[in-house]
Amino acid sequence: MSEQTPTTVSESAAPTQAAPPEKKSGNAMQRLLGGAAGRNLGLVIALALLIVVGAITAGDRFMNVENFLNIIRFASIIGVISIGMTFVITAGGIDLSVGSVMGLASVVASLSWVQAAADQTSWLLMVAVALAVGGAAGLVNGIVIAYGKVVPFMATLAMLVGARGLAELLSNKQTQIVSQQGFLEFFRGDFLGIAWLVWIFVIAAVIGWFLLGRTTFGRRTVAIGGNFEATRLAGIRVKRHLVALYVLVGVSAGIAAVMMLGRTTAGTSTHGTLYELDAIAAVVVGGTLLVGGRGTIVGTVLGVLIFSTLTNVFTQNNLSNSVQSVVKGVIIVVAVLLQQRFASRPGRSS
Amino acid sequence: MLKGDNTASLLSMRGITKEFAGVKALRGVDLDVVAGEVHCVLGQNGAGKSTLIKILAGAHQPSGGEIFWQGEQREIPNPVAAIDMGVATMYQELDVVDGLTIAENIFLGHELATGGVLHRARAARTTRQLLERLGHGNLSPHREVGTLSAANKQIVSMARALSHDAKLIIMDEPSAVLDAEEVKNLFRVVNELTSQGIAIIYISHRLEEIRQIGDRITVIKDGASMASGLSVADTPTPELIRLMTGRNVEFVFPPRRELPADAPVVLDIDGLSLRGIFADVSFDVRAGEVVGLAGLVGSGRSEILETVYGARRASSGHVSVDGKRLRPGAVDRAVTSGIGLSPEERKSQGLILDEPIFKNVTLSNFARYARGPLLNERRERAVTREQIEALELRPADPDRPAGTLSGGNQQKIMLARWLVHGTRVLLLDEPTRGVDVGARAEIYALIRRLADAGTAIVVVSSEIPEVLGLADRVLVIGDGRVLHSTPATEIDEHGVLDLVMKGTAA
Repeated sequence: MSEQTPTTVSESAAPTQAAPPEKKSGNAMQRLLGGAAGRNLGLVIALALLIVVGAITAGDRFMNVENFLNIIRFASIIGVISIGMTFVITAGGIDLSVGSVMGLASVVASLSWVQAAADQTSWLLMVAVALAVGGAAGLVNGIVIAYGKVVPFMATLAMLVGARGLAELLSNKQTQIVSQQGFLEFFRGDFLGIAWLVWIFVIAAVIGWFLLGRTTFGRRTVAIGGNFEATRLAGIRVKRHLVALYVLVGVSAGIAAVMMLGRTTAGTSTHGTLYELDAIAAVVVGGTLLVGGRGTIVGTVLGVLIFSTLTNVFTQNNLSNSVQSVVKGVIIVVAVLLQQRFASRPGRSS
Repeated sequence: MLKGDNTASLLSMRGITKEFAGVKALRGVDLDVVAGEVHCVLGQNGAGKSTLIKILAGAHQPSGGEIFWQGEQREIPNPVAAIDMGVATMYQELDVVDGLTIAENIFLGHELATGGVLHRARAARTTRQLLERLGHGNLSPHREVGTLSAANKQIVSMARALSHDAKLIIMDEPSAVLDAEEVKNLFRVVNELTSQGIAIIYISHRLEEIRQIGDRITVIKDGASMASGLSVADTPTPELIRLMTGRNVEFVFPPRRELPADAPVVLDIDGLSLRGIFADVSFDVRAGEVVGLAGLVGSGRSEILETVYGARRASSGHVSVDGKRLRPGAVDRAVTSGIGLSPEERKSQGLILDEPIFKNVTLSNFARYARGPLLNERRERAVTREQIEALELRPADPDRPAGTLSGGNQQKIMLARWLVHGTRVLLLDEPTRGVDVGARAEIYALIRRLADAGTAIVVVSSEIPEVLGLADRVLVIGDGRVLHSTPATEIDEHGVLDLVMKGTAA
């Protein structure tokens, strides 16, 4: 197949439609602001404003390198999940189970016999187990959605409930302390003075950005979200790809579980509770369309950072979680409203 | 003939212009409508018909010009003002709410109620009267609109217009979603409306329809009216086409070429069946041959194409390309074996409207240009540019979103996709739906050139003359069976319909 050369019809065609020289719609500024760069610019401005607010209200307690690293560290776990989530949402799906899959993976990876086996071999075994649990949950989600034709919302809602229950059963609702020395040592350490949690987030973001924008995998993802039926009829194996996407987000929940184990040095079935909502909020605020067809990893990262900076500013000022939640809600609504204004879709109206 | 001969002007638009951010969509349109007439507005896609309608409907404000309604100068600041004035618009995408009943739809926004309590019985009674006026008294006011056919949804939309006491109803390509029988019914309703003194502005691509239903014609080209109020009866078709396109286009099909006797069979379909839809369909298509499937809507034509393509799983029978059997129900295998489909609903099944032209062109192929998993967008753009040039696709910008293109150019994207792929078998389902007259000739010529280059082509169209003009061989389909197979030159439209009627009666 791949040997076939493109055919061109080369003789001059039938009468051309009189096409006046096309004007680019709008001026350069409008194009820029309407494009991906413009949307990200808006997020950068929002983040900058938050930082200014932080600097004014909390002064040096806020404005220091240590605190900024804290913000990023705080963002890193949700961040990794959000990157996986960006892919499924771009493809027009959703995964509500990420939080509880993360909890389940943290429980399984910290089971005493897993830790014992890791003692015999390497702490990486715990990592592998967490990733495998996440991937397996994603595989189930993907198969139920792609082949069972269950809507993603329901399929992953079932997984949310089921995985949490399974985690409770396995852990007997007990907190499982991580005692595996290799694992603890790794996460106690850093690289170039920056915690591994932050590095994992950065690496995941770079890989995600590359995967979504520069690879065939990413192209398929966007195409499926843009028009599932057209993509199917173009000969792309859409079901297989859907499964791959849910495995991907499942694995990202597995990575998040490892990070959580590293940070808290304990596995419990309550890890990751409501993380799905934070991740979805970050993705949507970042500019990925909830209906699919357009996704941005840079936007997602900025979305995550905005929320964690917000939390930090509020904490520095000793404001309650409740106030924080109200502001978060407002931000989500405003972001979506702005998205709808700027993202008026030229293809759909005439 | 002209029913409104002596009637005073109902609507008069003078020198209407409209600019969008510096781009002139309308450059001066005159339109006069009198009560009780069917006034057809004709123009290619992008000529400005939609903008004109939206100005009348109050959705857009004109940048210049005057609107007179029953002799008085008026402004239409918003859609409510248009409705209050007596102008109702039936858009192509009907604005009925599927989950509500017919009665609820008709009174949506002006419910019959006292202090918030609905008068359901009165609404039902009025609805029944309105439906009777439209000759559809058999529809129950309590029926949910989502269960209605497209044709009956149009009836609901018209009933709603009547409930607003509309004096002018704008119909934007109402026949696009209807089959021949439903179109006849639509025309009956239109005649009833005009006999009650209501004027219709009728937008359509189909010249035959305008001949049947129209009284007068206004032709729009590039945002300006080329001719206003031409009498339908006195204007020959070539003149209309000249006005629309600015050139003389004969509505002719490209000449057929004699098929070489040794042209190999590329596509072989053997006893293909889809339970409940069609049964035992067998035919083959040779390299360079165009086979047309003719039949009425619902005869199973499109389903046959979709099953050949693997988009539906055949309940029995086989499809082979170059002698190799395809696995049923596997689109990806069909594509790799060299079959391409241009589906009936280009927008929902063919294109990703928000994505640029080049990503749509390479949708089946981007992996081939990629280095491993890495996309190579530069090559994709280059390949797309070649196709843009070869097919005269406009605008010639690979980065333009596909959704902004006209119907004819969107069809060219679909053809380009399969050309790039090196497809051996091309299945074309309604290749000229939504394509204006000028661009149709181009599409016909392209299809013929593809065949001459050795592609095996199957065409489905609900316009029988199109099938007959385009195909080398015609299969008449009725009730999910192949009724007849004949060279296209040996059958005419009458013959096809005859076979269909007989076949269905049998």
